[in-house]
Amino acid sequence: MLQLVTPDGSAVGDTEVGLGAEELCELLRLMVLARRLDRECMALQREGELTVYPPFEGQEAAQIGSAFALGPGDFAFPTFRELAAALVRGVDPVEYLRYHRGTWHGAPYDPTAHGFAPICVPLATQLPHAAGWALGAKLDGKAACALAYFGEGAASEGDFHEAANIAAVLGLPVVFLCQTNGWAITVPLSGQAAAPIVWRAEGYGFPGVLVDGNDVLAVYAATRAAAERARAGGGPTLIEALTYRIGPHHTADDPSRYRDEAEVERWRARDPIARFRIFLLRTGVLDQDDVAALEAEAERAVADIRAELTAIGPPPADELFGFAFERAPRTLEAQRREALGDA
Amino acid sequence: MPEITMAEALNRALWDELAADPRVLVFGEDVGRAGGIFGITAGLQEEFGEHRVFDTPSAEAGIAGMCVGLALAGWRPVAEMQFDGFSYPALDQVIGHVAKYRNRTRGRVPMPVTIRIPSFSGNRGKEHHAESPETYYAHTAGLKVVVPSSALDAYRLLRRSIADPDPVVFLEPKSRYASAEEGELVLEGPGLCEARVVREGDACALVAYGTMVERCLEAATTLAAEGIECRVLDLRSLVPLDVDALVASVRATGRAVVVHEAPRTLGFGAEVVARIVEGAFEDLRAPVERVTGYDVPYPPASLEERYRPSVERIAAAVRRVVGR
Repeated sequence: MLQLVTPDGSAVGDTEVGLGAEELCELLRLMVLARRLDRECMALQREGELTVYPPFEGQEAAQIGSAFALGPGDFAFPTFRELAAALVRGVDPVEYLRYHRGTWHGAPYDPTAHGFAPICVPLATQLPHAAGWALGAKLDGKAACALAYFGEGAASEGDFHEAANIAAVLGLPVVFLCQTNGWAITVPLSGQAAAPIVWRAEGYGFPGVLVDGNDVLAVYAATRAAAERARAGGGPTLIEALTYRIGPHHTADDPSRYRDEAEVERWRARDPIARFRIFLLRTGVLDQDDVAALEAEAERAVADIRAELTAIGPPPADELFGFAFERAPRTLEAQRREALGDA
Repeated sequence: MPEITMAEALNRALWDELAADPRVLVFGEDVGRAGGIFGITAGLQEEFGEHRVFDTPSAEAGIAGMCVGLALAGWRPVAEMQFDGFSYPALDQVIGHVAKYRNRTRGRVPMPVTIRIPSFSGNRGKEHHAESPETYYAHTAGLKVVVPSSALDAYRLLRRSIADPDPVVFLEPKSRYASAEEGELVLEGPGLCEARVVREGDACALVAYGTMVERCLEAATTLAAEGIECRVLDLRSLVPLDVDALVASVRATGRAVVVHEAPRTLGFGAEVVARIVEGAFEDLRAPVERVTGYDVPYPPASLEERYRPSVERIAAAVRRVVGR
């Protein structure tokens, strides 16, 4: 398993991954902001300001380390738990959270402006989209890659297999990133796979890399190498990032009904943010004042996001009919007039 | 006048769209090197190259899912599902994403996707090779559903489907692939959302699409010998449905028989009859009848003609409706 920083913040061998001090600080800033925002979203849901929300606490390194390895011409294909990756891609969190506020489906943001596909709830269905986009990029002669997020539950779906095999056969620039987070709602990893997910790469005929998903530098290094290989025409890679879903599956789930708190505590001790903070402090990239400043900045940013988000009211009713077709059938026009009373 | 088969016309439509728009891609199982098991994509790979016309692994959900990603990357995919009965693994992608992506992205990512599915019965095929899946698609918001019935119209409809900015499920009546028609292939003519009257008559409207249009014409010929003149309306596209033409045909005749191969319950005829009742109730002089497949799985070849609406069943329904 690739690991560059241990849970206690110590370096494992050479930690040089091609990032300068500013970029290392940026990684920490994004992780601190993401966690603070994630916790705020849990609170906002409890207050009735958001619909069901899926927290990603514990997975900040897996999401941010991987998304950070992408270039502007690349495209990420998220599940419904990739808000941290969205932040890296420059998606406005308020626009993103309109999804959970229930004012629009899929992508309230502009997917093509950020190289960040719509939020995808059905398991693994985004993976063939990533393969298709990668084929399109390849046909256009672009040196670009798709980063396809999924979890070990989605790896049980047929769409994972079809996408992985198609990407292999057609030699497509796709990085398949499995965040193995221990639990698919109530079913543990042992109920999804009898062997490590990463082994499957060999069967498809492309490389598989197992990384410590709570080590942001390791995830970044593995994704960057896979992305460079993909952009250069080397085909797909499967990265399995071992991490853990500290919170519930979503706000309607109570994990105390099905898992042991001791297991959660063991993973808290492997926290991705604490270890990277210690590593950066020890290596002198930043000091305690810098850390305090990052935390204060996250606090302010999240307060602004809350204020903006909670001011958003329901969309106008004509949006019901606004986007389904580019050339809508006349029968639908009649329904629009019936619903809106503006014949 | 040259005579052209529906298979040739569809092939020509793909050819002409590949030539007209460099973003059009044609792919699916056996469509590249082999030119498709029905020959619909014959010669296209040789002409346009392996990057624009290609084989995929046998993965229907993957093929439909790739359409979404390709459209996101600015391409105009035309995918083939090899058979109606093998297209169901792709339903999840078609219903969940192809149909909804434009809506989910607030119009920012259009889905100019065409999914061709050789469909319907009449080829004495094995099970899973003669299904009528139109209702699944017509009931899914965001899709258009197009069914040609003749060679020249198939050319026009396929080209217009590919050029359409919305996703189109294009159901090809495979038992009609060999049917020939005389004339030139032209794009001009009725549009995607226009039904067409293929035979005039004032006694009863026969409403059909795909394979059943020809059967209705045969029934109309039989009935004409008895002095019953039927008007035959080819719907051509189920979504959008040309309700105006449908209602006009029923008003002109006061009677209607709706014909399709699909099982009766919630077959597309149910929607057609509902539209007739909503739009032409006061003009009806008799109850509307449906002549359809039965609510059982499609039968083996030796029972096929007991299941499909026959000329005689259609004619008998018309006689009942006109009171003869």
